[in-house]
Amino acid sequence: MQIEARQSRVEPIAARQSRARFAKWWSREGSAYAFVAAYALLFFTFIVVPVLAAFGLSFTFFDTIQPPHFIGLRNYITLLTQDEVFMRYVLPNTLQFAVIVGPGGYALAFFLAWVLAQLPRLPRTFFALILYSPAMTSAVAMAVVWKALFSGDQSGYLNSFLLSLRIIQEPIQWLQSPQYLMTIMIVVTLWSSMGIGFLAMLAGILETNPDLYEAASLDGVSNRLQEIFYITIPSMKPQMLFGAVMAIVGTFQAGAIGVTLSGSNPTPQYAGQLIVNHIEDYGFLRYEMGYAAAASVVLLLMVLLFTRLANRLFAGED
Amino acid sequence: MRPMTKKRNWLRRYTGVYNRGINPQGFHVSQIKFYVLLLPLTAVMLLPIAFIISNAFKPPDELFAYPPRFFVVNPTFKNFTDLFSMMSNAGVPISRYLFNSVAITAVTIAASIFVSSTAAFALSKKRFKLKQTLFAINTVALMFVPIAVTIPRFLVIEKLKLLDTFLVHILPVLALPVGLFLIKQFIDSIPNETIEAAQIDGASDVRIYWDIVLPMIRPAIATIAILTFQAAWNNAETSTLYINNESLKTFAFYLGTLTATTTTGANVVAGQGIAAAAALIMFVPNLLMFLFLQSQVMSTMSHSGLK
Repeated sequence: MQIEARQSRVEPIAARQSRARFAKWWSREGSAYAFVAAYALLFFTFIVVPVLAAFGLSFTFFDTIQPPHFIGLRNYITLLTQDEVFMRYVLPNTLQFAVIVGPGGYALAFFLAWVLAQLPRLPRTFFALILYSPAMTSAVAMAVVWKALFSGDQSGYLNSFLLSLRIIQEPIQWLQSPQYLMTIMIVVTLWSSMGIGFLAMLAGILETNPDLYEAASLDGVSNRLQEIFYITIPSMKPQMLFGAVMAIVGTFQAGAIGVTLSGSNPTPQYAGQLIVNHIEDYGFLRYEMGYAAAASVVLLLMVLLFTRLANRLFAGED
Repeated sequence: MRPMTKKRNWLRRYTGVYNRGINPQGFHVSQIKFYVLLLPLTAVMLLPIAFIISNAFKPPDELFAYPPRFFVVNPTFKNFTDLFSMMSNAGVPISRYLFNSVAITAVTIAASIFVSSTAAFALSKKRFKLKQTLFAINTVALMFVPIAVTIPRFLVIEKLKLLDTFLVHILPVLALPVGLFLIKQFIDSIPNETIEAAQIDGASDVRIYWDIVLPMIRPAIATIAILTFQAAWNNAETSTLYINNESLKTFAFYLGTLTATTTTGANVVAGQGIAAAAALIMFVPNLLMFLFLQSQVMSTMSHSGLK
């Protein structure tokens, strides 16, 4: 009885206290949460939930008709041991594409940014615009061009050009032949790799302190290559890292290019089949959503791994 | 004697210590090698874009010409008039796709500026418990590859009953981690004293955001506008995956069907001109946006560092 009575007296006080605490918290932090709410909600719905769902589904069998049921690691085991297409074509293709386009495009973007930074403003803007313009074209719009340029009959521009120079004797099926498709995919992606990371690095180089270069030349840094490695890159590490992340994401995001170019999924003899196409193949063509989710997780892990590597390279001790 | 010294002065102007190195004010002989490198490279890089422009204005006989000629000789607007007099296979006029794209892009840009800048303001200038965590998560999400989670995203959108709605074009594009990241870094450069002074004067957070922060971050807003524009305007995937109703699809999607159907058959060459005209309509707004806003973008980019 006594205890109950005390409790009933305590309760409202605790409630009042917590309400007061809430009011205090709301007046101090409430508006901040109100400001982030819209973004946080969208971010959660369209990025966090799908990533978590991919993880969850990757441990299930799910054909979109029946509800998913748990099968443990079987999707991953199948992917790594029994999926011949994945091990023989998709994984090597993805790695080849990523290693050439990622670091290649990145190095190219840095080099061109470095060159542009040494020109006066007007020509710099002019060239930057031209170099950046491929990055703002859309893949669908450019498909028009690539299909005409690499068209397989003799009226294709590349074929006609090479025929007239007598370099080739008969037209080549550029986009349908396994030995050329990958090369074309890489060239096309490199062409459009001077994107937002390139602009960031250009801004970074322009912002480096000119006094540093003078000090360095007094300290015996004599050639431009030394200057790049001892001054330019260290003083713009944050931009280098930003550029690297953008390059990695851009590389994996560009994975659909093979299907766009060849017009079919799977690509001819799996020559241009990347992990992104494999996911689409299983998810939207065969409706094996669980298996496709496992491949998605592998892809996300690859991105994570590459970003970790870039972090190792550029994350400053400073 | 005289002309000699004059010549030497002229030479000295371009060979001296000025205008060498990073961010020069004018010409210097050391820059010649860069021009020699850049001119052919940019010329080659421009070829595909020159090709779109050239093909879009070619009359039929030039499109069919053999051997094919790269540049147009007698430019005509025929491809454009053909394009707009066409109907898609599903019986939707082309202007409808274009209208959808314009409307979707405009709404998306406005919403994206609002959503990212409010969140960035809080993450940069407000103090709250989850601040560091939220920003850290967003930074990790910079490496998010949307194409990897197409399938779970589809399931989420299906659950939310967003399939076949106008909103499905807009909402997923709004969660743009790079956008939030860039604006937040930019707001960081506004001195805290400015904000505090306004707070002492009794300004509410909404007022500070609207009257102080927004006017100061115009370059960052321009950058978000461009990034969102590119994401929304070039978006064909949403129409393919989430939209069945033909009259809700975008121009980018329609362009995709044009190139897909013109890979085989007799239509190939005739279709090329129309497809090129459509591709040009896709490309020009991108170019104009960047042309007008490039200096703003560059000033945002100098804050882009990832630490």
